[in-house]
Amino acid sequence: MSAGRFGQHGGQYIPETLMNAVQELETAYNKYKNDPGFQAELTELLNNYAGRPSRLYFAKRMTEDLGGAKIYLKREDLNHTGAHKINNVLGQALLAKKMGKIRLIAETGAGQHGVATATAAALLGMECVVYMGEEDTIRQALNVYRMRLLGTTVIPVKTGTATLKDAVSEAFREWTNRIDDTHYCLGSVMGPHPFPTIVRDFQAVISREIKEQILEKEGKLPDAVLACVGGGSNAIGAFYHFIEDKEVRLIGCEAAGRGVNTAETAATIATGKPGIFHGMKSYFCQDEYGQIAPVYSISAGLDYPGIGPEHADLYDKGRAEYVPVTDEEAVEAFEYLSRTEGIIPAIESAHAVAYAKKLAPTMEKDQIIVINISGRGDKDCAAIARYRGEDIHE
Amino acid sequence: MSNIKKAFENGKAFIPFITCGDPSLEITEQLVYAAEEAGADLIELGIPFSDPTAEGPVIQAANLRALTGGVTTDKVFDMVRRIRRNTQIPMVFMTYANVVFSYGTERFVKTAAEAGMDGIILPDVPFEEKEEFNGVCRQYGLDLISLIAPTSNERISMIAKEANGFVYCVSSLGVTGVRREITTDVGTMVKLVKEAKDIPCAIGFGISTPEQAKKMAAVSDGVIVGSAIVKLCGQYGTDCVPYVKEYIKSMKEAL
Repeated sequence: MSAGRFGQHGGQYIPETLMNAVQELETAYNKYKNDPGFQAELTELLNNYAGRPSRLYFAKRMTEDLGGAKIYLKREDLNHTGAHKINNVLGQALLAKKMGKIRLIAETGAGQHGVATATAAALLGMECVVYMGEEDTIRQALNVYRMRLLGTTVIPVKTGTATLKDAVSEAFREWTNRIDDTHYCLGSVMGPHPFPTIVRDFQAVISREIKEQILEKEGKLPDAVLACVGGGSNAIGAFYHFIEDKEVRLIGCEAAGRGVNTAETAATIATGKPGIFHGMKSYFCQDEYGQIAPVYSISAGLDYPGIGPEHADLYDKGRAEYVPVTDEEAVEAFEYLSRTEGIIPAIESAHAVAYAKKLAPTMEKDQIIVINISGRGDKDCAAIARYRGEDIHE
Repeated sequence: MSNIKKAFENGKAFIPFITCGDPSLEITEQLVYAAEEAGADLIELGIPFSDPTAEGPVIQAANLRALTGGVTTDKVFDMVRRIRRNTQIPMVFMTYANVVFSYGTERFVKTAAEAGMDGIILPDVPFEEKEEFNGVCRQYGLDLISLIAPTSNERISMIAKEANGFVYCVSSLGVTGVRREITTDVGTMVKLVKEAKDIPCAIGFGISTPEQAKKMAAVSDGVIVGSAIVKLCGQYGTDCVPYVKEYIKSMKEAL
């Protein structure tokens, strides 16, 4: 079995053209991950540029309203650029710079990872090109403008379903075309080894902080940690330091779109089967001949037919649970958190809020749920208004 | 001797790539016969995949046309069985790991071998991942074709030592598609392969003109042409057979 396995999942299923590039990345990462100078530089950026540590906020009104477990919100939405994506991007961009790369390329779905990469490129004086499904450039027009404002070139991808999976495919194609000076800044815990490990390590700061913060506030670990899952980077970030704490339930909330019994869904664990795609073995939504399914979700960031290999393994081992949440439930939760706590969550994160609304009332009042609010919802307002039949323009 | 070796016994080999089911499996079958008559030495049959990450726009579009037309792996196997009643020309599949894995790797390889295929090319399975597929291929007598790229450098010898059938030398960075010129020192890549193992080397990616083919054949044992042929299929649709035949004839004559 090759490098970078999580149980049977993971691996490096990529063209020969990229093999030296991923091995070079692995060598560089192993060198710098324990390098005090690199870590100090990264911590400085995370704290004073991105605004870490992010807050762990007790959602009092939501807790009272649901009448069950105490609910805490991990406020990744308060990070610079408005989502958890910046944690990974600052790490990878700094690493790429150390490797002598002058150019970053990235895929983006909702545009959050694209904006974060464009931001890091501007900060570190690097060139940047972002691939984004044409469908998503329409759904997330504001983020396209933000990336351009930051000096990045955004390339709309018209192939396939013109969404996140096609943006990933196109970014891989571009990487095989230009490797010497270019780092592919992958935005989730997916793709070939070492990406799932690198991205997880850079996102693990989320659970490291949650653990410290909850112990300080409550003197005990949470009973459940909830996060939305597309590729799964905010979820693995929120889960990682609790994996060994078996009493903590880890719950990933997948995008069910119009429902897991319809074709318009992106819930990989609920509807997928094992496969090999985008450099990794994992679960994928696909037909009986292995053709990747054209998935759907209202959330551009969760609209992906696969899931990161470490999640696939956590599922196989029964360590984490994965639950489907529909568009309608997510939109209701988006509105609910806005009204109840004055916090507008990203529609992605609203999937986790939606499941918390179901779960909290079934739990005792001295139990604790932590929801990772992976991003803020400003970018989604126009789309949600349209979903509710209100035609507003950004 | 494997059937693939025979492809390299008739001077420099010409290897056309055809996307199965573009525009239909009946036409694909006709294309195989026409290619053989035009002098092709080995046929690469592409099983379409929804997300072909190693392909440029021309072959991506062909994959989509074929899938939209209802092509499935089982229908491709049926076509191969029909072809094998009429010709023994060496044939290899070119497809993606998930097409094989999701069918069940052993079931796929066994069915392909029984239908009469000689080998398989999986562009998203590098050396480090090949054993998962190669073990089964060995068992059923199929050659899993190894690829080397312009970035392979010190990996070439390691890959060549364990290669079977022939080595697919990728001429350029990037994805498949027609290129005006090929700047990689492919001659050196081939030399490094031959130092490690006595195995035929065919060059692919970017070749479309007889001049390019001649130049590439001079430093190797054969050339692979995909996008230029697939483009003709896209352009002429169900009338493509004579155009493809004429093109292959001109390419083989240039070698």
